[in-house]
Amino acid sequence: MESVGSIILYIVVALAMVVFSVLAVTTRKILRAATYLLFTLFAAACVYFMLDYEFLGAVQIAVYAGGIVVLFVFSILLTSRPGHNSERLSSKSRVLGSVAALAMLLISGYALLSRCALYAAKPALETPTMQQVGQSMMSTGHGGYLLPFEAVSVLLLACIIGGVVIARKR
Amino acid sequence: MLLVPAMIMFCCGVYGFITRRNMIAILISLELMLNAVDINFAVFNRYLWPQAMEGMFFTLFAIAIAAAETALAIAIIINLYRSANNIDVHDLNKLKH
Repeated sequence: MESVGSIILYIVVALAMVVFSVLAVTTRKILRAATYLLFTLFAAACVYFMLDYEFLGAVQIAVYAGGIVVLFVFSILLTSRPGHNSERLSSKSRVLGSVAALAMLLISGYALLSRCALYAAKPALETPTMQQVGQSMMSTGHGGYLLPFEAVSVLLLACIIGGVVIARKR
Repeated sequence: MLLVPAMIMFCCGVYGFITRRNMIAILISLELMLNAVDINFAVFNRYLWPQAMEGMFFTLFAIAIAAAETALAIAIIINLYRSANNIDVHDLNKLKH
């Protein structure tokens, strides 16, 4: 956070993230909530780019914005009538949700603001290259991630089979 | 600095998770919470241990698992809509009684 440009970028990204996530949980049209979720995910990808994790930002855009949001939009169109508003929230659940969220915000905000250095400069780092990322993902030694990689691949296989079994016509 | 918007995002997710009644909206709130946590992993990795890559890999695997979980949840929701014609969590209480 040294140059003026990075400060402006930070303000834009933080504002977009906060505003769109608030809109995503308060809007009454569910399709709009999915669209605001898409913008929030783009802001999160911008955060990863600001942290110099370019691969992570690319994965975020490809998987979340390209995959999950499309899945959300499909399922919303399959399960709700267009132009349908969700009915007004009862005041009880609204109060309960606000109290839980505000209590969480207060506690974690206090912990964050009292413990962390908010304006710490980013330590210098050359961006982890794609070669480094791939080698440590495929290695079995110290700092290698082959076992979780294989576990995730088995999980994805189970997810494919489970999705087919659950969603097929009887 | 980047932790503050992530914190607000997580609290929005908590609010939506409690107040929403549509199942897909609940799932959207869940995605918000997962993303806030992912940002925390990446930020702590970058600022505290910049030469290590643990937080980055944790975020990578968390994204993959979140994608799998969302796909399964949406399959369940569509199946439920087919059998009950409704995805409001307050109306789907047959299993309770």
